[in-house]
Amino acid sequence: MKVRKALTGNEAMAEAMRQINPDVIAAYPITPQTEIVQLFSNFVADGKVDTEFVTVESEHSAMSATIGASAAGSRAMTATSSQGMAYMWEVLYIAASMRLPIVMPLVNRALSGPINIHCDHSDAYGARDSGWIQLWAENAQEAYDNLIQAVRIAEHSEVTLPVMVNMDGFIISHGLEIMEAEDDDTIRNFIGVRKPVYHLLNEKEPITMGPLDLQDFYFEHKKQQADAMARSADVIREISKEWKDLTGRSYDMLEEYRMEDAEIAIVALGSTCGTAKVAIDQLREQGVKAGLVKIRVFRPFPKEEIAKALAHTKAVAVMDRAESFADFGGPLFRDVRASLYECDSRPKTISYIYGLGGRDVTLDTITQVYADLQRLVKGEQVPMLNHLGVRD
Amino acid sequence: MAVNLKQLSQKETRLTGGHRACAGCAAPIIVRQILMASDKPVVVGSATGCLEVTTTVYPYTAWNVNFIHNAFENAAATISGVEAAFNSLKRQGKLEGDFNFVAFGGDGGTYDIGFQSLSGAMERGHDMLYVCYDNGAYMNTGIQRSSATPHGANTSTTPAGKESTGKKEYRKDLTQIMAAHNIPYVAQASVSNHRDLIAKAQKAFSIKGPKFLNVLSPCRLGWAYDPEITVPLAQQMVDSCFWPLFEVVDGEWKLTYKPKNKPNIEEWMKKQGRFKHLFRSDEGKQVIAEAQADVDARWEQLLARCGEK
Amino acid sequence: MADNKKIKPNATAKEIPMAGIITTPGNAKEFKTGDWKTRVPVHIEENCINCLICWVYCPDNAIEVKDGKMVGINLDICKGCGICHNVCPTKIKSIVMKNPD
Ligand code: SF4
Ligand code: SF4
Repeated sequence: MKVRKALTGNEAMAEAMRQINPDVIAAYPITPQTEIVQLFSNFVADGKVDTEFVTVESEHSAMSATIGASAAGSRAMTATSSQGMAYMWEVLYIAASMRLPIVMPLVNRALSGPINIHCDHSDAYGARDSGWIQLWAENAQEAYDNLIQAVRIAEHSEVTLPVMVNMDGFIISHGLEIMEAEDDDTIRNFIGVRKPVYHLLNEKEPITMGPLDLQDFYFEHKKQQADAMARSADVIREISKEWKDLTGRSYDMLEEYRMEDAEIAIVALGSTCGTAKVAIDQLREQGVKAGLVKIRVFRPFPKEEIAKALAHTKAVAVMDRAESFADFGGPLFRDVRASLYECDSRPKTISYIYGLGGRDVTLDTITQVYADLQRLVKGEQVPMLNHLGVRD
Repeated sequence: MAVNLKQLSQKETRLTGGHRACAGCAAPIIVRQILMASDKPVVVGSATGCLEVTTTVYPYTAWNVNFIHNAFENAAATISGVEAAFNSLKRQGKLEGDFNFVAFGGDGGTYDIGFQSLSGAMERGHDMLYVCYDNGAYMNTGIQRSSATPHGANTSTTPAGKESTGKKEYRKDLTQIMAAHNIPYVAQASVSNHRDLIAKAQKAFSIKGPKFLNVLSPCRLGWAYDPEITVPLAQQMVDSCFWPLFEVVDGEWKLTYKPKNKPNIEEWMKKQGRFKHLFRSDEGKQVIAEAQADVDARWEQLLARCGEK
Repeated sequence: MADNKKIKPNATAKEIPMAGIITTPGNAKEFKTGDWKTRVPVHIEENCINCLICWVYCPDNAIEVKDGKMVGINLDICKGCGICHNVCPTKIKSIVMKNPD
């Protein structure tokens, strides 16, 4: 039985976590993730979950304790934002290398400094090479759906990798939205129970985890991790299909919006995609063939799907909500551009760094990007690297 | 609690030989003795450090029990997560059996970089024993000073030289800091006194909640001495009251060993290469006198705390 | 994934358990550290009182004990540190350190 509810993104995440009912959560509060931790504490206090809630003294310990709990064979989660993610950075890699199926909401917030509490994607980008699968949401509904699917993806025997479920801070986390939640039994049946191959509470077959691994085998273990990441794409597709059959809400590696005949397109992550869709509808009424590619899965990167979706366009703008100080656009820009390299005819591809530190992204902002793309198609000069909406 | 070696020797060893610790290293002795004190299956966590790298050289492991190494500063948090998982699974009826949870760290992973993680785990009340094997420097990375390094010691980051008599600062009193966490059991022990050490570990395992054990662990490499004297060297350090043996049970301080005569710290300093520069100059001798005064003052404080005066 | 207990030196990524997990507890004892030693401990049985002090202090678990009795030293593992000799409490030491022949 579905229920339609008005929930904020944080409430939607917390609700999904209640339904997942993990064995252990170790978490530390940080704006804008705080509400998730508080709401979950209430579930614990009211006996609505079986979870052992570990109120750690830092995010480093949050991830460390979650690693311990997951290594012990339990279903373990945490959640964080921004500086918390940065503080976890060291152990993110260890969680992935230990092949622990930890699921973590990341409520995206700009990294210091200067300190800022609002949305951008610098936190998630900073972890993009850590070996975590990254799912992205446009709204609270997707955040909820992604979080539940993440449990299955992470624990799938072909994968066994941690999954980060991204949601824009404040814009989604604190915005109220009407969404559909499934009932508890549906979720419980969907996620099933975790069946770890190895764990630390197996008294009869003791294991050693996290050994000193030098020139002889470190590379082989990294290859295993890379292989698992590569295999995860098919698993993500398979689980998305199952989710669609169950709920009617469909997901894939990416979403194409009005791309069939699009001549110009934007590629983006997160809530901006919602704004872009509105802009596209307006432009289409004016006869402009605009489209959008919304990335749902940023790691592993959907390179073939991107190439397929964009190959027939004339110009593409890739939107990165974080600087990466490469003087070559953002990480998404570079990945998209690289994905197009194998295409016989490639669209012109330009980069926009936008929305840093929560800078508003309005319909006008997006419309301006499509206008630039139209100029580019006409043969006018548009720079490859752009900072959008900054006073310069 | 009686420590009966004949009985203990019947148990299967939990840390095998074939590890790569230096000949005569005290850390594996401490680990063996502590783990023989537990009658339950154990899950061990270890901070990055000598113990961890020497016992788990892939594809070999010296651990006969479930073992996890995560990183340098988070052994306490990691084991607290394992314990939380156990509690959850047990409470939900998903798991049978019972375990002891133990974390080991050197002084670097405990006094310094792992201090926050340790303090947090102890404050949260996890049912776990944290053991610091204190060899007074970052030995694994090549003998750099830690906050546990004694005054005057020559380390690779406090080298003795024309303008230096070794480490300027005095040791952090971590055992006292852990006692200030008001946890049920805190103790200081030494590799020289196996009965005392095993008895303390037995007591720790019999108590539910967070426990902390600080164990003096000579390092033949960093201290530069003949490994054969690992045990008597530590004994002298205990007798000199540089490393007193005591326990704090529910806030009650108690000496567990009273030295019959108290040798000057010089007696063990002169056997260790890390102090040899101090014996060559007047400044050095001054440093020894300062260190002696510090040891004496701390010992007096401890006697008072233990109601011995 | 493969879970072959013994890892061959040239094993491939597909043949070894994931994540560097070691599924052979205590297999370090197959790694011979015995050749590190410069001096060899020799047990002198007639002096020995089987107190097992050497056993409880050997860092390398090389003192072999059976039915509560000290029965020998595993020289494949023993690193020759001399601790057992040092801690042996008998008046005439029941373990002596010898130079290898
Ligand atoms: S010499 Fe050292 S390693 Fe060898 S048996 Fe004696 S104590 Fe053990
Ligand atoms: S310490 Fe000496 S007397 Fe005691 S068991 Fe060992 S060899 Fe025998």
